[in-house]
Amino acid sequence: MALLSLLVRRLLHAAGLLVAVVCLNFALIHLAPGDPAQVIAGEMGGANAQILAQLRAAYHLDQSFADQLWIYLAHVARGDLGRSYYFNAPVAGLIAARVPATLLLVGTAIVWAVAAGTLLGIAAARRPDGLVSHLITVLSLVGFSAPVFWTGILLILLFASALPIFPVEGMHNIAELGRLGWWGGMLDVLYHLVLPATTLGLLYLAQYSRLARASMLEALGADYVRTARAKGLPEWLVVYKHALRNAILPVVTIVGLQFSQIFSGAVLVETVFDWPGLGRLAYDSILRRDSPTILGILLFSALIVIAVNLLTDIVYRLVDPRIRSGP
Amino acid sequence: MAEFSRRDFIALSSALALAPSVGAAAAQPQQSGGTVIVAFGAGTPRHLNPAVQSGVATAVPGTQIFASPLRYDANWQAQPYLAKSWEVAKNGLAVTLHLVDDAVFHDGRPMTSADVAYSILAIKKDHPFKDMFAPVASVDTPDPHTAIIRLAHRHPAILLALSPALCPILPKHYFDDGTDLKINPKNSKPIGCGPFKLAEFVPASHITLERFDKFFITGRPRLDRIILQIIDDETALVIGMEQRQTHVQFFASEPRDIDRLSKQPHLAVTDQGYAGVGPINWLEFNELKKPLDDKRVRQAIAYALDRDFVIKNLLLGEARAATGPIHPESPFYTADVDHYALDLDNANRLLDAAGLKRDADGTRFGLTVDYIPGPSVQQQGVAQYLRPQLKKIGIDVTVRAAPDFPTWAQRVSSWDFDMSMDIVFNWGDPVIGVDRTYLSSNIRKGVIWSNTQNYRNPRVDQLLAAAATEIDPAKRKAQYVEFQKIVVGDAPIAYVNAVPYHTIYDKGLGNVPTTIWGSMSPLDEFYWEKKPA
Repeated sequence: MALLSLLVRRLLHAAGLLVAVVCLNFALIHLAPGDPAQVIAGEMGGANAQILAQLRAAYHLDQSFADQLWIYLAHVARGDLGRSYYFNAPVAGLIAARVPATLLLVGTAIVWAVAAGTLLGIAAARRPDGLVSHLITVLSLVGFSAPVFWTGILLILLFASALPIFPVEGMHNIAELGRLGWWGGMLDVLYHLVLPATTLGLLYLAQYSRLARASMLEALGADYVRTARAKGLPEWLVVYKHALRNAILPVVTIVGLQFSQIFSGAVLVETVFDWPGLGRLAYDSILRRDSPTILGILLFSALIVIAVNLLTDIVYRLVDPRIRSGP
Repeated sequence: MAEFSRRDFIALSSALALAPSVGAAAAQPQQSGGTVIVAFGAGTPRHLNPAVQSGVATAVPGTQIFASPLRYDANWQAQPYLAKSWEVAKNGLAVTLHLVDDAVFHDGRPMTSADVAYSILAIKKDHPFKDMFAPVASVDTPDPHTAIIRLAHRHPAILLALSPALCPILPKHYFDDGTDLKINPKNSKPIGCGPFKLAEFVPASHITLERFDKFFITGRPRLDRIILQIIDDETALVIGMEQRQTHVQFFASEPRDIDRLSKQPHLAVTDQGYAGVGPINWLEFNELKKPLDDKRVRQAIAYALDRDFVIKNLLLGEARAATGPIHPESPFYTADVDHYALDLDNANRLLDAAGLKRDADGTRFGLTVDYIPGPSVQQQGVAQYLRPQLKKIGIDVTVRAAPDFPTWAQRVSSWDFDMSMDIVFNWGDPVIGVDRTYLSSNIRKGVIWSNTQNYRNPRVDQLLAAAATEIDPAKRKAQYVEFQKIVVGDAPIAYVNAVPYHTIYDKGLGNVPTTIWGSMSPLDEFYWEKKPA
């Protein structure tokens, strides 16, 4: 029952939030100088006044801001995300084509950052003054301070010139397109995923390992852990079953909160590695002033963030019984 | 207008090859097959139909999918393509095309004069370069293999307008379906009668083109597949070529990258293939802004800009000098103009004569300079260079960076600029790409790459109008020569260099496109002479 009322409240919040997101982003895009007609003229190497006027009329750019916003909101309410000004293709289709690539990248980055971060954090917590702990502290500081795109470019240079073992751009080996079977294709994508996912995850790995370390230290010092050890339980059971369950909560919280950040990190990583995902589409669309596409992506991202926050709340309730009985 | 057509040549040489060989004089067996992966840096095209969209990104794939009446060689000579022969009427008001009779579209339907008529009129209506086919009054089709283009006035540019990038022949039965051609979704799934058909178009990733087995020129195309790999990142372009993941890069223009790749043992470099595009890098002045309305000020800046320094130091010697509105590789080019060689004394004298005195710290006045955003050294590098250089003649330059292309385009097209770096293409015939910058009738606010300088010279308007309809080649050249002299004298623009486009390619490739249109032309002769291991 509590869960149901939670869901209803969240959904109402979400609806309001989405409308606000659309209006705000619409305003921001229209503040940017230049319009899609100019972008198209630019790509064409020149255009005449007539064609520009036709394009501007077709895209309602000659109408007032309020009118344009209203037209767009009316479409969205009907579930129609419109057509891209640049490609003249449905926005929903463009987004759907890119979502799997981004989800793969972001999902992999989060999973490996959480897994590796937690393990490193545990290792550091077990020996707080040991070498591993200090190494992790340094690594965290560097990983956290370095900008995502810088790390990406550095990895590209490393793996392009010094150690050419991983591909540095794209999602597929273009030469082998269509020739690899399902399994071969999957392996090819995974092979291309290594560097971008590493870059994206590195930033968060730094944070999660520090957080896991601190959180584990606290957990390992608690009374119930002393009891468990006194009971004679093996060390691994104490650490991984009992202490970790409590220590993981802050990490889960932060992952949920940072999900939207990871998305924006994905924009940078996708651009640097030429990964054909949603982030790159967003970046390219801004440069092209392709409002329907930008708004479609922002709407979609807002939906995802809201969904993830909801999921985090649910995971919390599953992991921590104390929260279940709350208001 | 060959009597001995290309098909005859291939038939003959194949026969020679198969005939019992006369010792070492036997013809080489024709290598064919394989895939070429192109490092495509022009970005994702909006769609693949060059009939309604100009620009490199659409033209390179578009000229593989579509064929055109004519194609051109490296000497600006028209060659037969879909038109096996043609005649221009003595009065210059009609062009008769005799079409091949065995060209079929990718869906098997034959290409006829009805398709040619439909295409030319569609391009006239919807292509952004209005001047190409504006004088076409009608296209008569007396029989399925003859098309007569009737012109309202003489139009010598018509022959270049029939090039692959500018006049793709569309199948009427496929495209003429009642939808506005500009927004027809079939533009992203085109069929034509060119050497390659579209297999796949994945935006931001790649465009796959596959050999069309029923292409009307036997034995062509020689490749099985061309994949255009869309790579936006400059570093990735270079690395892909170094690691042999991509085999050829067209339109490479960054001197550092060209230099680096030319040192690779498996790569070769050529600067041939870009004469048709005729790209010029220049500094344009807004004549509406004081003191740029004074010719002496503009000339002074031109004298202060050391072109040789820019080419040698910023462009690593990879580019040719540009000295006027027409590209140095055009048949209409003349070098007989003032080159504005570095002369700071003259520049200072001109500014003094214009009444612009220096103040206490030596500054006469300030100007802003814009440039097309991006890492290009021709744009940003030269803009930055202007700061210390123009300081020597007392001009305080502020470099204004734009975050992206539409911001820059907005500023320049709405005349909200003092000076700007720019790159503009000639597009073959001056009528297509040169007139638009200098005609006073093309001063249009809001349109990028129009006469944004607000340059007005009635004699220039006269000359360009006359040259557009002059069919005597000698007279026409004379008119363009006078035009160049006047424009260079008036200095609405300080010309820096011809954009150093290069083709970087794997040494195993043969018949790398070096005609005036380069890769914006069918790649049907392109082949692997020696495939990589």
